[in-house]
Amino acid sequence: MNFWTDPIHVIYQGLMQTFTGWGMAAEVAGILINLLGIVLMITAIMVLDIFLVWIERKVVARFQDRLGPNRVGPWGIFQPFPDIIKLVLKEDITPAGADKWVFNLAPILSLASVIFLWAVVPLASRIYGVDLNVALLYLVASGSIGTLSIIMAGWSSNNKYALVGAYRMVANMVSYEIPLAASLLIPTILSGSMSLTNIVNQQAHGVWFFFVSPLGALLFLVAAIAELGRSPFDLNEGESEIVAGFHIEYTGMKFGLFYAGELLHAFTFGGFVAALFFGGWHGPWAEEYPLLGAFYFVAKAMLGYWIIMWIKYTVPRIRIDHMLAFNWKFLTPLAFALLIVTALTHRFLMDFPTWVYVPGMFLSNVLVAWATLEILRGNARRERLAAEAH
Amino acid sequence: MTAEQIIFYIATGFILVSALMVVTTRNLIHAALWLVATLFGVAVVYATLDASFLAVVQVVVYIGAIAIMFIFAVMLTKRNLLDHVPQTNSNWPWAAGIAALTGAGLLYTASQLSTFGAQRPALSGDALMNLGKALVSPDAFVLPFEVASILLLAALIGAVYLAKK
Repeated sequence: MNFWTDPIHVIYQGLMQTFTGWGMAAEVAGILINLLGIVLMITAIMVLDIFLVWIERKVVARFQDRLGPNRVGPWGIFQPFPDIIKLVLKEDITPAGADKWVFNLAPILSLASVIFLWAVVPLASRIYGVDLNVALLYLVASGSIGTLSIIMAGWSSNNKYALVGAYRMVANMVSYEIPLAASLLIPTILSGSMSLTNIVNQQAHGVWFFFVSPLGALLFLVAAIAELGRSPFDLNEGESEIVAGFHIEYTGMKFGLFYAGELLHAFTFGGFVAALFFGGWHGPWAEEYPLLGAFYFVAKAMLGYWIIMWIKYTVPRIRIDHMLAFNWKFLTPLAFALLIVTALTHRFLMDFPTWVYVPGMFLSNVLVAWATLEILRGNARRERLAAEAH
Repeated sequence: MTAEQIIFYIATGFILVSALMVVTTRNLIHAALWLVATLFGVAVVYATLDASFLAVVQVVVYIGAIAIMFIFAVMLTKRNLLDHVPQTNSNWPWAAGIAALTGAGLLYTASQLSTFGAQRPALSGDALMNLGKALVSPDAFVLPFEVASILLLAALIGAVYLAKK
């Protein structure tokens, strides 16, 4: 065993020897090393978050045919640091009528609900926080803490715009949790486990769940974007109606926490798309060299993040009744239908060899998509005929 | 004292304090948020008992759904959320006495159990897998599981029917 094949274990052993060499009890040293690991992991994510600000600004600039930040450092890569200095130096205002405790707790919970998620993300074959056997439910659970933080922010600001923004956002998040949970069940059925480590391991040898269930991946992506509250589902804000929505009263670093949380959340969901449907850390030689696997994982997560940004900066905001109708009348029934079809086809095909199984599952998805489009077309025709008859 | 015991005492202390705050605080939204804290503490206790599924479901269902619904309901009621009437009535000594008696009775019953103070036996196998199999196994809980499913389905259809009216 050396550093390149199992880095975390080697570091753990080394630190353990050092600490026990200082006369520390083995249990205390174990807890201390785990705490150090948690702090390091969170620090690494937060540093990555700083650069996500730059990536987001640069990518949106390219989508809108601009240059984006290009003054501080090469390609403007150090632009986030002046941004952070500005945020930290700004006056930290708590509105007079605000509920002080709830107001200050909300941004912390908002960012924490995203950082919680990284506990279960498998970065590589032997690099992960914890192999939780309910990891996918844990994803939904930390999403509900995010929902709570938004309603806390909206209510405690003592501002009508903030409250309306929070209501809209929470209506959005609560309703899209259902197709999200249903689409999370698809990788669960395919791998027979809710543990992310197991789900990623089932996708070895290139049988990515994207090929087995492309429609499931699409549903997850749509539900995830809605859960993120990004465009086209960014109803929490609206410059002409409720300005900045639930975080209208927040200034300085408290606003910064919401902003950082949103960017990190998008990247994290990119990571979940990668882990659930694109084989996670799998790639050439990733099995032997976990650090290479971590590189593949971050690259795939970045691709997922890029797709989320692509949609965000291409599609305009959708009206709230359309948003709810799209969820309840289209996405939710489709997710459940796909879940039933996937479960039945998987059970029927699971004993067949891979070259029958994968095309069979793919075809079942194509059939569901085709049937959906036919039903939609039929509905549209009926509505048009009814309108013409009037 | 093991690490598990330390976590247990911290979690239960947190549950008791936040539960007390739920009933004593005068601001209804604060009461709902303290209730969220209580339910979170219960989730921590579940997690220390190796019931990871229950712990996560506790957060999803109680914090993600029920507490949010409480907060919505409170917000949609009258604007004046601060109540200035006394929080107790003349019967409070009776209520306190009955509560103390019930608590003492529960404690006594628990101390009479043969497993009182015993070490928790280690779990065999994957707890989640066992739970999943038990829910659909005919000699375990398939009947209550199906009955609950039918009840929820009926509620769902009823809600759709009412909304369509």
